[in-house]
Amino acid sequence: METVNLIIDGKAVQAEKGQTILKAARKAGISIPTLCYYELNGQKLENKPGGCRVCVVEVEGRKNLAPACATEVMEGMVVHTHSLRVVNARRTVVELILSDHPSDCLSCSKSGNCELQTLAQKLGIREIPFQGEQSKYRPDNSPSIIRDVDKCIMCRRCETVCNELQTVGALSAVNRGFEAVVATAFEQDLVKSSCTMCGQCVMACPVGALSEVNQTRQVIQAINNPEKTVIVQTAPAVRVALGEEFGYPAGTIVTGQMAAALRRIGFDYVFDTDFAADLTIMEEGTELLGRIQKFMEGDKNVKLPILTSCCPGWVNFFETNYPDMLDVPSTAKSPQQMFGAIAKNYWAEKLKIKREDMVVVSIMPCVAKKYECQREEFKVDGNPDVDFSLTTRELAELIKQFNIDFNSLEEEDFDMPLGASTGASVIFGATGGVIEAAARTAYEVFTGKTLEKVDFTELRGLEGVREATIDFNGTPIHLGIAHGLGNARKLLDKVRKGEVQYHAIEVMACPGGCIGGAGQPYHHGDFSIVEKRFEAIYKEDLGKELRKSHENPYIKQLYDEYLGTPCGEKSHHLLHTHYFDKSKQVEVEA
Amino acid sequence: MAKYKMHILVCGGTGCTASQSVEIADRLKSNLLDKGLDKEVQVILTGCFGFCEKGPIVKIMPDNTFYTEVKPEDAQEIIEEHIIKGRKVARLLYTDPEKKEHVADAKHMGFYKKQLRIALRNCGFIDPENIGEYIACDGYAAVAKCLTEMTPQQVIDEIKLSGLRGRGGGGFPTGMKWEIASKNHADQKYVVCNADEGDPGAFMDRSILEGDPHSIIEAMTINGYAIGATKGLVYIRAEYPLAIHRLQVAIAQAREYGVLGENLFGTDFSFDIELRYGAGAFVCGEETALIHSMEGKRGEPTFKPPFPAQSGYLQKPTNVNNVETYANIPIIILKGANWFNKIGTEKSKGTKVFALAGQINNVGLIEVPMGITLREVIYEIGGGIKGGRQFKAVQTGGPSGGCLTEKHLDTPIDYDNLIAAGSMMGSGGMVVMDETSCMVAIAKFYLEFTCEESCGKCSPCRIGNKRMLEILDKITKGNGTMEDLENLKNLAGVIKDTALCGLGQTSPNPILSTLTNFWDEYVEHVQDKKCRAGACKSLMQYVIDQSVCVGCTACARNCPVNAIQGEKKTPHTINTELCIKCGTCIEKCKFNAISIQ
Amino acid sequence: MAQIKSLEDLQALKNSVQEEIDTRVKGNRDGLVQVKVAMATCGITAGAKTIYNYLLEQVDKRSMDVVVYQTDCMGLCKDEPTVEVSIPGKDSVIFGNVDTNKVDEILDKYIQKGETVSGVVSK
Repeated sequence: METVNLIIDGKAVQAEKGQTILKAARKAGISIPTLCYYELNGQKLENKPGGCRVCVVEVEGRKNLAPACATEVMEGMVVHTHSLRVVNARRTVVELILSDHPSDCLSCSKSGNCELQTLAQKLGIREIPFQGEQSKYRPDNSPSIIRDVDKCIMCRRCETVCNELQTVGALSAVNRGFEAVVATAFEQDLVKSSCTMCGQCVMACPVGALSEVNQTRQVIQAINNPEKTVIVQTAPAVRVALGEEFGYPAGTIVTGQMAAALRRIGFDYVFDTDFAADLTIMEEGTELLGRIQKFMEGDKNVKLPILTSCCPGWVNFFETNYPDMLDVPSTAKSPQQMFGAIAKNYWAEKLKIKREDMVVVSIMPCVAKKYECQREEFKVDGNPDVDFSLTTRELAELIKQFNIDFNSLEEEDFDMPLGASTGASVIFGATGGVIEAAARTAYEVFTGKTLEKVDFTELRGLEGVREATIDFNGTPIHLGIAHGLGNARKLLDKVRKGEVQYHAIEVMACPGGCIGGAGQPYHHGDFSIVEKRFEAIYKEDLGKELRKSHENPYIKQLYDEYLGTPCGEKSHHLLHTHYFDKSKQVEVEA
Repeated sequence: MAKYKMHILVCGGTGCTASQSVEIADRLKSNLLDKGLDKEVQVILTGCFGFCEKGPIVKIMPDNTFYTEVKPEDAQEIIEEHIIKGRKVARLLYTDPEKKEHVADAKHMGFYKKQLRIALRNCGFIDPENIGEYIACDGYAAVAKCLTEMTPQQVIDEIKLSGLRGRGGGGFPTGMKWEIASKNHADQKYVVCNADEGDPGAFMDRSILEGDPHSIIEAMTINGYAIGATKGLVYIRAEYPLAIHRLQVAIAQAREYGVLGENLFGTDFSFDIELRYGAGAFVCGEETALIHSMEGKRGEPTFKPPFPAQSGYLQKPTNVNNVETYANIPIIILKGANWFNKIGTEKSKGTKVFALAGQINNVGLIEVPMGITLREVIYEIGGGIKGGRQFKAVQTGGPSGGCLTEKHLDTPIDYDNLIAAGSMMGSGGMVVMDETSCMVAIAKFYLEFTCEESCGKCSPCRIGNKRMLEILDKITKGNGTMEDLENLKNLAGVIKDTALCGLGQTSPNPILSTLTNFWDEYVEHVQDKKCRAGACKSLMQYVIDQSVCVGCTACARNCPVNAIQGEKKTPHTINTELCIKCGTCIEKCKFNAISIQ
Repeated sequence: MAQIKSLEDLQALKNSVQEEIDTRVKGNRDGLVQVKVAMATCGITAGAKTIYNYLLEQVDKRSMDVVVYQTDCMGLCKDEPTVEVSIPGKDSVIFGNVDTNKVDEILDKYIQKGETVSGVVSK
């Protein structure tokens, strides 16, 4: 490693050649404030447009100030990060940004999580000396994401995430000068764009310009409606992240406290999406084995690889970008929707109530799930299988609204039967988890033997695109994994061209899988938080008594009592879906 | 081919074309045909002559007669009188504004006397759509010389020695730029001609492309050879249809003649050029923004480094030069660096083309040696201030430049002197202002342009310039405070210090230079609510002189907003709150009792 | 059109097209000998057009740096055709009753050698 020597604020610093002043300073313990800069370390994503100019520093011998985020260190450089000139410029720049930013902080969705708010506070700004016109745009509400464009500060993080990480291409900067803003093509509504509702833009947005649709009020109303039986289901990734909202370190598992809190809030049944994840394995696994079997018998029409379909962002992505491959993904519904279908049919029958009198609420690490539960095919006579989908953040908000002291709660269990789950369903929350869970069950069904080594560690990791071959008793099964839609595109393009051969591919729209979902507590670009959740997921799996989906006794009972066989007629009706060509839905009205 | 005895050059630049110069050429041709002179006299549509104030221009050669403001109807007279009878058409000759005499020979016109045309050497002289004429004027001899007699390094050394600096605004040494690009190795490199001329009023690049397109093709080929690039791109704004057409014709001819394409001049060097069209965004003149626009991305600048020479178009080493810079290259190669570097000042060599505009007699395109003074340009070439009024300021460098005053008139014009004086060369806009120009309003005008054209990427330029514009608006409306002036100063300084690209960093220059040179005028606007130039409408007040008014009621009856009160036969008064300053009362008053103060 | 493949090709092409713009090049250059032929109606009647054409032809033939152009009536109608010759640094002179022989004489003797030539009607 070639190094250079420089002086930052009077301190001799050695830095790697090619490194930016910002990184060199941070390593030396000098924190230069930033705003537009956004990095997902390990996920090859860096947004440094050098646009906000908050990180400017004085470099001796240079005529103007330099943005620390984009300026490379040089031998003998002398840098001042808080000279009067720098402090005045930085302050003026932030005052300017604030002069074109609504000051409704008290009721803003990002209040407390807003990086601009933090910055203004840090710089001690008490008044804004510039008054003038403020940008006004049409608000854009989609089923998942709200764009409050007045608040956009043109940091371009969402644009970089949408285009580079996700390759979705829904957002980019439009217009010039003071009117410049990040928007969809022709400034249309998000729903008419190529947006997949993955919400990574919401995760990246430092201010309140992008946020999720908040449905806590509707949920509170349902809970307080005596006519309604309100059921809650919680996704696997929620339990390893919720604690962060209550001061626990990242990676703390709070499953028991979460169940207790949900009960305090007043849900009639506290169930677990993990149950439906086990059910997904039964259906998807059977579908996979069926296709493999047909393939091995020489059926030329069989579609391989099978693609997982649990992630709604991913489903939207392939419906928009790969309309020619709509028969390739598994037809199995996502765990959220399987749960909804079972709850409003099987469980409603058991309780002897009408589906209209049952309200199913899901707690998801995701914002795309809000869109998914509103899809027409998941409704019966207009009544959705899942009524409301809340994010992890909204659940935290709900807990706080109900004055529950989360940190002192005793751990409780989920309700049975739809709260029973195995370790296989827990790992759905991390990239590679679905395919590993499927492998655990498929192995035993395919070979007829008991799987001794449950941990397929070769499928784990945070590398964007991974692949592994698993030995099914002499039959090699090729598996591919991608997380982040950009990685998915890379893999899918290869599949489309026939360059790679897999039996199955797992895709998750968000980096890291659901643990890095856009509904999770804001990580502000600190991906080590996601890594800690990742470790926690596998720890939770390890602690489970049962670790294979087909061993879940209540799943067996469900098939015996109600569904019959996996991929059977009833399952087909309740647990499977079909896909639509959305490529033409991306409307362009010039 | 029979030799023509006389040539009639008709300006085919955009300006004169708009005033029917093509029609004039057609009429001249048909008149010649009628008289059986079409084999003896040739009519040629050339590029711009520069003297746009008096267009359309028709010039007769070899006797150098310069006809101005010619109309299609004049064609017959020119043929019958001048061509047949040898009598100059006096009424169409240029009249010297001072001596009030007709000037028969263009060489004696004040407008041309002090000019030195290097970049514009062929403009208004050759037929830009005829490669033969370019070749006859030593065209393609420079590239032939480079390819057959010089190594790429020798070419770079020659350009370095010439002292040529970028004519697009920044003034970066061209040879050095080429050298950096040549030293970055890659499988593909690019040469880009920046023809995205955007300064308000500047049109030298357009004129060169319209008048001498082959010089750009030749220069780009030389550039390609010097840095090891085989592909050239011209980024040209789509609003320049004539320039695009001439360039397309020239490229096709160059390919046909084999001076563009494979194995040029029997060597193994190949080079070709493609056009890329811009949508006319000012910021796309900035080289990184230009490259992004060519790549199909949003046209906005990115931080340098990496410089285009390291990672430019499609991430390949790219050399970007502007049209005027390129126009100098062939002649430097032919006449030698030591010829070129004797022209100009110590650090600014050669000439610069300026678009002379504003309150000046001779508006047009001029090319002068570096080191000429503003006084010479304004009073000798420009023919002085219109209507004999008092000179007040001259703005150079367009929206990135500043306003210079009387005290700068004898400063030799070059890159460094202009920057030292608080302005810059820019692409060569030069707007002359007299006492009727309000400097606050001028600063506001340029800032309006910058606000309109800012890409919006960085906060200082996007929001800061908007806030400065709002403050200036407040001041010109008479609502400014001294605190506003302080904020303005601070903002201008911070924007200069923090904006992302060159355009943003220079955008406060019109304000900073007027704050420095015309501080009193700002203070007058703020404290006395007065605009001495009478340009800020909101600061004007209509007043009825009580000693003159006879109370005829004409003003009151005609005031559209009933702002004038008074009894019949007693002096009237104007309610300034209601007055909309439309001027009707002044028009109606028979006693000159109403004035603007 | 044969493609230009060498410096020689370019030079050859240049030579062939240079003549076309020679008239313009000369007009634009300072310090050239100027020969003006009075070609108003009176001059033309007296045969000035023949003289003008002959002058152009001969200047070309001799490859002389001389610019030839027509001009207005010089007021010396009785001496038509008239030709005015201006050599830089010298006063211009007008020759009267010029015929083709006189043209040769003017070109060879007056302009090229600086000798005195008869037939000057005005200075």
